[in-house]
Amino acid sequence: MSAALIEARQVTKILSGIVPVTLVADINLTIMPKEFIAITGPSGSGKSSLLYLLGLLDLPTSGDVLIDGVSTTRMAEGERAEVRLSRLGFVFQFHFLLPEFSITENVALPMRALGRLSPRAITARAEELLASLGLGDHRHKTPDQLSGGQRQRVAVARALANDPPVILADEPTGSLDSAATTQVFGILRDLVTLRGKTVVAVTHDLNLAAQMHRRIRIVDGRLAGDEQVTASDVPS
Amino acid sequence: MNLILTIAWTHVRYRARQTLVAILGVMTGVGFSIMMAAMMEGSQDDFIKTLVDALPHISVTDELRQPTRQPAEMTYAAAEFHGLTPEVRRPGIKNPFATIASLQTWVPGALTPSVQSKAVLRFAGRNLTVSIIGIDPRTEADVSNLATHMRQGTLKSLYRSSNAILLGDRLANKIGARVNSNITLASAEGATMSATVVGTFHSGFRATDETTGYVLLKTAQILEKQTGIVNEIRVRTSDPMQARLISERIGEQTGYKSISWQEAQEDLLSAITLRNVLMYTIVGAILLVASFGTYNIISTITHEKTRDIAILKSLGFRDRTIRTIFIVEALLVGLVGAALGWVLGYLLTRGLASLEFKTPFSDYNHLPVLYSAKHYLLATGVALLSSLVAGYFPARAAARLHPVDIIRGAT
Repeated sequence: MSAALIEARQVTKILSGIVPVTLVADINLTIMPKEFIAITGPSGSGKSSLLYLLGLLDLPTSGDVLIDGVSTTRMAEGERAEVRLSRLGFVFQFHFLLPEFSITENVALPMRALGRLSPRAITARAEELLASLGLGDHRHKTPDQLSGGQRQRVAVARALANDPPVILADEPTGSLDSAATTQVFGILRDLVTLRGKTVVAVTHDLNLAAQMHRRIRIVDGRLAGDEQVTASDVPS
Repeated sequence: MNLILTIAWTHVRYRARQTLVAILGVMTGVGFSIMMAAMMEGSQDDFIKTLVDALPHISVTDELRQPTRQPAEMTYAAAEFHGLTPEVRRPGIKNPFATIASLQTWVPGALTPSVQSKAVLRFAGRNLTVSIIGIDPRTEADVSNLATHMRQGTLKSLYRSSNAILLGDRLANKIGARVNSNITLASAEGATMSATVVGTFHSGFRATDETTGYVLLKTAQILEKQTGIVNEIRVRTSDPMQARLISERIGEQTGYKSISWQEAQEDLLSAITLRNVLMYTIVGAILLVASFGTYNIISTITHEKTRDIAILKSLGFRDRTIRTIFIVEALLVGLVGAALGWVLGYLLTRGLASLEFKTPFSDYNHLPVLYSAKHYLLATGVALLSSLVAGYFPARAAARLHPVDIIRGAT
């Protein structure tokens, strides 16, 4: 059995229509534990599409995505949802928090959906996650009472709620100022170095990508580069 | 609280004004449905009760179900005869008291003999055609409510003078007769007699109160010029709803025409059925219109919440869960609307019952209403069902949303 967390095999995604559009073509990729991966490429190259395919948010037109060595293309929608809930965490460019709920409730949502913990344990874990990301004092606030950087940190906390081994981030710092970008990026790096998570982040910021352990370059939907760097090469 | 319920409750709570409008829609629908059902069924029950009380449950008359066969037909089975003078049949029920005694052995209820006659009533220069009913005051109270309908005098007043008569109060007023007035009756058989008004009654049915008079059996027999004649046996059954079945059995046993109150009032009962169909159609339409409000709010919420739906789905919420969230929202609107509708319906029914009405057909002082749990449950059931349907379609559409499309749109 493969030790890979995520494996893409000949993954292709074509949008059907009068003129079919190829978003991703023939991608082979293996993502191992504790990797810190940047997916880079020009706008419209298919970076986000690849991330959605790896995160089971989208189905490939052909090929297969394996999570923990298990093929997912023939899974029922419910099974794919279950895998997303327990094995993957998502952070998007915009925080995408539910505005009517407090940030603690937002972080608790995935745990409540999974239903493995008691309500008390869920609240305790949500508060603990928020505190670990420096949001302990804001736990009763709603998203609109926080700054952009704080909201994105809440989104990271929510992605970690069910303790998934992989965090998939789509331009996680794309809507943040430089200070918040530094802070959020630091958190993502700590997830890998301190918590042993795998982080796969789509980014167009080459400075940030340069600080990550592996850089996958996508051009016109195809894999144009897959550069692995040792930790000593990564600028701190 | 359950996760689905938490999200559903939060959604409707944060759309307070729209939710309130939808709830008011359901409330109005349920409230008016309850009121209408209470009014329609109340008046129907009251009408049937009055009908059942006023008339004998079963009337056995001297008419035969099958026409009498002529002697020649009985002798020659294969022959057909024309131009023969038909055999004259003596009117009245044969051996009426033996028949009554026989029926009393199995019919659950009371029986009494009577004579139905038509006569012209003359008083103060006025001639009116009236129905004269010969009764036995001793058993009449067992089969009709005449005793309780008496305004002046009693049933026993009929024994006060030789040709005593009880008149409907409207009839008495019409001709200006009072108790102790002497009137003249002329029957179709050619008998004429003077009679003394000994009392008046009021049944509540205009037709009866304007055209009917009660006399002793014996007096009616004189008018019919036939001693001992009884041309009707009236029956009051213990359970009025069993009258049709009992009537059929009586008809089979005696060979005479036996008509239950249901059969006699078939047209009216059909009209009531039709009225009920109309009522439930209108009630259904009201609730359907109310469900449009629910559809509107759920549809609006799903449109506003497409981004949240995408987020929930990306987190790993199943389609079924998303669908259930919005259906629960619709049911919350339906449930709260129905609960408030109960209160509104009850108050409207109370208000309606307190209004005074007067119809030309009867003397209801107040509109009769029926308080029945069935009306509340039925209206709630229909309201919840229509809320469910109203919520289902937007919910299904929400569950089908592709999260990637929405996330791409947002970014």
